[in-house]
Amino acid sequence: MRFFSVSSPHLPPINSVPLMMRRVLYALLPGTALMALFFGYGVLLNLLLAIIAAVAGEALMLVLRRRPVGLFLGDYSALVTAALLALALPPLAPWWLTVLGTLFAIVLGKHLYGGLGYNPFNPAMVGYVILLISFPREMTLWPAPAPLLAEPLGLAEIWRGVFGGGITATGRSLDALSMATPLDHVGIELGLERPLGAIKQDAVFGVLGGVGWLWINLAFLAGGLWLVYKKVIAWQIPTGMLGSLGALAALGWALAPDTQPGVLFHVLSGGIMLGAFFIATDPVSAATTPRGRLIYGAGIGALIFIIRSWGGYPDGIAFGVLLMNMAAPLIDYYNKPRVYGH
Amino acid sequence: MNKLFRFPGGLRLAGRKKLSNTTTIRPAPVPAELTVPLGQHIGAVPEVLVKVGDTVGKGQMLARPDGYVSAAVHAPSSGTVTAIESRPVPHPSGLSAPCVVIRTDGEDRWAELPAPISDWEQRDPAELRQRVREAGIVGLGGAAFPSSVKLNPGPGAVVEDLILNGAECEPYISCDDRLMRERAEQIVGGLRIIRHALQARRCTIGVEDNKPEAIAALREALSAAGERDVAVAAVPTRYPAGGEKQLIQVLTGREVPSGGLPLQIGVVCHNVGTAAAVYQAVVEGRPLISRVLTVTGAGVAAPANLEVRIGTPFSALIEYCGGYTPEVDRLLMGGPMMGFAVQDDLVPVIKATNCVLAGSGAEFPRPAEALPCIRCGACADACPVSLLPQQLYWHARAGDFDKTQEHELFDCIECGACAYVCPSQIPLVQYFRYAKSEIAEQERERKKADLARDRYEFRLERLEREKQEQAEKRRKKKEALRRAQEAKAEGAGGEKPAVDKQAAIQAALKRAEEKKAAKARASAEASNEESD
Repeated sequence: MRFFSVSSPHLPPINSVPLMMRRVLYALLPGTALMALFFGYGVLLNLLLAIIAAVAGEALMLVLRRRPVGLFLGDYSALVTAALLALALPPLAPWWLTVLGTLFAIVLGKHLYGGLGYNPFNPAMVGYVILLISFPREMTLWPAPAPLLAEPLGLAEIWRGVFGGGITATGRSLDALSMATPLDHVGIELGLERPLGAIKQDAVFGVLGGVGWLWINLAFLAGGLWLVYKKVIAWQIPTGMLGSLGALAALGWALAPDTQPGVLFHVLSGGIMLGAFFIATDPVSAATTPRGRLIYGAGIGALIFIIRSWGGYPDGIAFGVLLMNMAAPLIDYYNKPRVYGH
Repeated sequence: MNKLFRFPGGLRLAGRKKLSNTTTIRPAPVPAELTVPLGQHIGAVPEVLVKVGDTVGKGQMLARPDGYVSAAVHAPSSGTVTAIESRPVPHPSGLSAPCVVIRTDGEDRWAELPAPISDWEQRDPAELRQRVREAGIVGLGGAAFPSSVKLNPGPGAVVEDLILNGAECEPYISCDDRLMRERAEQIVGGLRIIRHALQARRCTIGVEDNKPEAIAALREALSAAGERDVAVAAVPTRYPAGGEKQLIQVLTGREVPSGGLPLQIGVVCHNVGTAAAVYQAVVEGRPLISRVLTVTGAGVAAPANLEVRIGTPFSALIEYCGGYTPEVDRLLMGGPMMGFAVQDDLVPVIKATNCVLAGSGAEFPRPAEALPCIRCGACADACPVSLLPQQLYWHARAGDFDKTQEHELFDCIECGACAYVCPSQIPLVQYFRYAKSEIAEQERERKKADLARDRYEFRLERLEREKQEQAEKRRKKKEALRRAQEAKAEGAGGEKPAVDKQAAIQAALKRAEEKKAAKARASAEASNEESD
């Protein structure tokens, strides 16, 4: 009798890319829900637009590149890219901003480099940075968090805001609804030489970090820890990133308490937890050796601190990630683990 | 050696051992024909001692070891040698190899065996080694390395630790488990002989903690033998704890140097089945003509552990175990992680066959299409030797074999842990085997090219040398000629040659003149006579 022959191992693999990507999407849910709660349904609208654009862009590129469309659309990686970018965008961003950014991410950031597994840069951050540089005004219009709005944003209002050129049904302009994020606020006010103690009394600050941001970050942290537990992501990258950012923030606070807002503010503001557990951990563009990942994460943390403290942008996650993406191959080369018997 | 250590990575696998380990070892029937491959071990093919038509007795030597690393082969039953030819053997390549084919006579009549050695404690280790060598014993864990070689530490070498490997970490396989439960006294007996042969200081039997019955049986046999100096260590069940290097690491905390042997760190490791075979060879005089193996998987009706004669076709074993189930799709020799697929079930059982695994399509589904590597590093986390399979894969795929060697490709033990955890379903081990064979091929090519270049350079050198020699010869000849002339000239002396010439001319002229005068005189005389 003849039998099927193939190389060992014969036990089927226990893991799959679609499963990993789906788990990333599940882990984003708590943070996403809280963002929607604090910043309105615009968050969900962003997600929807980004996902549609990502799937369309991915399918188009797969067809053009003559790759199996079903196989690669089924890996959910385009959805993860779309979700990460959408969550990084201001919740009332005009529709074209979201669509354009997603297409940049998928087409430029991913497929022009060879698609899944071959992109040297984090695609979502490629899309984000292109938008940030090209459309700085739109990219900084964050609505005030719900507790600070006299009247919560209705669905129709948001719809008009996203598709109707920024003027809502009730006549409130997007500009009027928006408010500097805590990070932005600190940067601007420190620039005006207001003392840090006074700035921290402003409305946009709540308990530890900005209003809303604390809870959003904690929710992303929870999702991220679940991913670590499920071994979807490596613990070294978030540890390295939060560790170095925290250490530098502590050092800064100790040396210059008048201008440095401290550790908790740094690690609980902006998209830090989203960045640490979901963005920096994109395996394709990150370092892949165990020690290399710690260094890679630490590098991102340090760059974030530097950009936040002295850079021209309020937050530096995207730049930190992209800069460290470039360093990843070098980091891996010099951090090979010691092999048995050597 | 009570403290246990950890090896990096590793997997927790579903054991699937209950399929086969609940019944006792049964002897498999003698098949009508036995196909005994000559090269069943690592090392040189032994030299055949029989010819076609010979009648052989059970246990008679068919081929004797040829060289130090080689193993004897014996007749597993009595009968007639019907052929000595190439037959398909179980090998990943599916190639054929020389075999002695015996038509059994059903009598199972023993040939004359070497005398039992019951007082082995008084014997010289060399004598015991010789017995093991003549008995054709090789490592029965699957590697089939001639055991007599591993019983010879060499002059000056000290064996600190003798380790018996009863870990049996591959899923499905339970032959060592059953052997330890049922023949613990043979294993302990063999262990003591090996220890005596090696003069080993410490002695440990490592068994995975998912085999409590085996551990209990070994401990009982040890105390029955009055052996208080051997520890049975229950090692954590984590694949590949039964890999030699991994078991050594778990039990001693030491690592075998890359490319080296355990002996270099004072360790020798034998499989429990090998120990039992050593016991039989020394104390009973019985050569290695059969082994215990597991027949299992969802593809066979009644999985079992059998004592099988070497040379029995896989198909006969399956038949004895109730035949195939309709779901059968893959036939493996060895376990599901490191075993290889055999394409045809007519291949014979060899000394290295610890398991015949008939798998269903559900157990071992056909591989799915691989996705690109996303560098998640799950493979590196699972690797028991701390390699970076993702980087190895990357470079192997790109054909950058120098880089794969930089990443220590040759330390890969091909355990398959990386491929098992790969989310992209990449057949990583296959890539690594490919890279290894490519490098070996390149090495061969390089050696060939080196040889050709050496030859060419030698030829050029030779031609050049010949040319120079000729030139030298010519130069010398010329020189000699010149010297000779000079010598001649010197011998004749200064201006003399010129004077001689003048004289010769003068003489010639004189002679011509005289001739002319004589002629004139003669003609004058003649005319005078006419006129007279």
